[in-house]
Amino acid sequence: MIVDPVAQVFAREWPRLVATLVKDLGDLDLAEDAAQDAFVEAARRWGPTTTPDRPGAWLTTTARRKAYDRVRQQKRHDARLARYVSAGADRFGFDDQGRAGSTDGSYNPEPDDDWLGDAQLGLLFGCCHPSLGPEAQVAMTLRHVGGLSTAQIADAFVVPEATMAKRLVRAKHKVAAAGVPFDVPPPDRVDERLDSVLAVVYLIFTAGHTASRSAELVRGDLCDEARWLAGLLAHLLPDRPEILGLSALLAFTDARRATRIGADGELVLLEDQDRGRWDQRLIADGHQQLERALLAQRIGPYQLQAAIAAVHASSPSMEDTPWPLVADLYRRLHELHPSPVVALNRAVAVAMAEGPAAGLELMDGLAETGELDDYLYLHASRADLLRRLDRSDEAADAYGRAIELVDNEAERRFLQRRLDQCSP
Amino acid sequence: MRYLVLLYADPELRPAPGSPEQAAEHPKWMNLTKRMLDADVHRGGDALHHTDTATTVRVRDGKVLTTDGPFAETKETLGGFYLIDVDDLDAAIEWATQVPNVDYGSVEIRPVMEFADAPAG
Repeated sequence: MIVDPVAQVFAREWPRLVATLVKDLGDLDLAEDAAQDAFVEAARRWGPTTTPDRPGAWLTTTARRKAYDRVRQQKRHDARLARYVSAGADRFGFDDQGRAGSTDGSYNPEPDDDWLGDAQLGLLFGCCHPSLGPEAQVAMTLRHVGGLSTAQIADAFVVPEATMAKRLVRAKHKVAAAGVPFDVPPPDRVDERLDSVLAVVYLIFTAGHTASRSAELVRGDLCDEARWLAGLLAHLLPDRPEILGLSALLAFTDARRATRIGADGELVLLEDQDRGRWDQRLIADGHQQLERALLAQRIGPYQLQAAIAAVHASSPSMEDTPWPLVADLYRRLHELHPSPVVALNRAVAVAMAEGPAAGLELMDGLAETGELDDYLYLHASRADLLRRLDRSDEAADAYGRAIELVDNEAERRFLQRRLDQCSP
Repeated sequence: MRYLVLLYADPELRPAPGSPEQAAEHPKWMNLTKRMLDADVHRGGDALHHTDTATTVRVRDGKVLTTDGPFAETKETLGGFYLIDVDDLDAAIEWATQVPNVDYGSVEIRPVMEFADAPAG
């Protein structure tokens, strides 16, 4: 079997290379062009017996030389690039003709871990800059940090490739025109900016976990991307409880991936999932991260959501779940994050802890505010409680309203079956 | 990089001219301008009279059309601007957060297009 040495390292090395070059050059387009040049050269020069020991270092040196050449050719006046050109001789060992000290790429060391970490963080914070809209942040992150192609991202979000390409072009134009920096924010701003980053990672995971507007319910590749991003953040910004909380939440949720869809492609609810097939390694990861998060004693919404997921992950069955604890965790989450969706989830937990009538009372109160009129799960949850209270007509009504709002085949079929069960 | 920092607010929420609120706010503006000058980022800036004093000019089919008022009626109106020269958008945002009307109005940050052949000011 012929193994392509360049293809093997591409997935790991491309994002790191781009991050390094963006930090060097402060220019995303130039960074990508230089990275591409380096890979083209690698494809030309690497073979089974001539693959460098440290491909990352080879690629970095080569890409810098390519960038240097491009900059000289283009005669840019940007102060940062001019500094790069003049510093090139000292820092990267180029002579004034742009030739490195040796030709095999091993002359310059790999950037040290801290420096590379900083570059990757800068790239991530830049892609998630709040001046870009959330859809643009997600697309930029998947493209430039995750290294996914435009086509792959378009496919994942079920939009035409041309739409996604346009979104990315607009975002890159804004980055260049408005001077969006690809830097780690100053310490007093990191927490606020981290909120955008964590939200993007969570959005990516959710898009993977509940793919809508298509028959599929789970796009595993997006879930993997999101968990990788959370892991990267946890590695680069250690001991931040909300990062660990998010990472734990994703681990617990993804642990259930194999059991979310039945053999017939139908949605399987938490209560019916075969807990024996939950990924115990992921669950253990989740517990470990959550414990570390809680040590910091700065509770936050992701940690609370992770704690709720942890309770489910440790419970042998729906009946054997400490529902009063779950209800209380949702109450605390609602205090920090008073969204009607959280209130709804709390009502569901209360129904499990104290019986359907208690839960329904809370849900009816919520329904009255009208905030969740277009939220499918309000109607589906009310329907479920009404059904358990044998109020079939009202249950049927509520299932009907839920079906009007669903945008996913598997969930639609599930709700239809429940609706059919309500008819005598 | 140069940015135009546009200062918008609902006229109902702006301190009325001559009021104690305005007397209290005025030094904050002067102070901000001074800090921008000291940091050598200030390239311009002024307060504007109320949009009631605006005149809009268009030429259509060779005819000059002059109308009373701003180009469009908006809830928040343009009250002033700063032109600053800073490293990047984050630096511009930091200055914008210090603008006195940011508590009750909106501050729009627009990057200025640079032309290599622009006449020197």
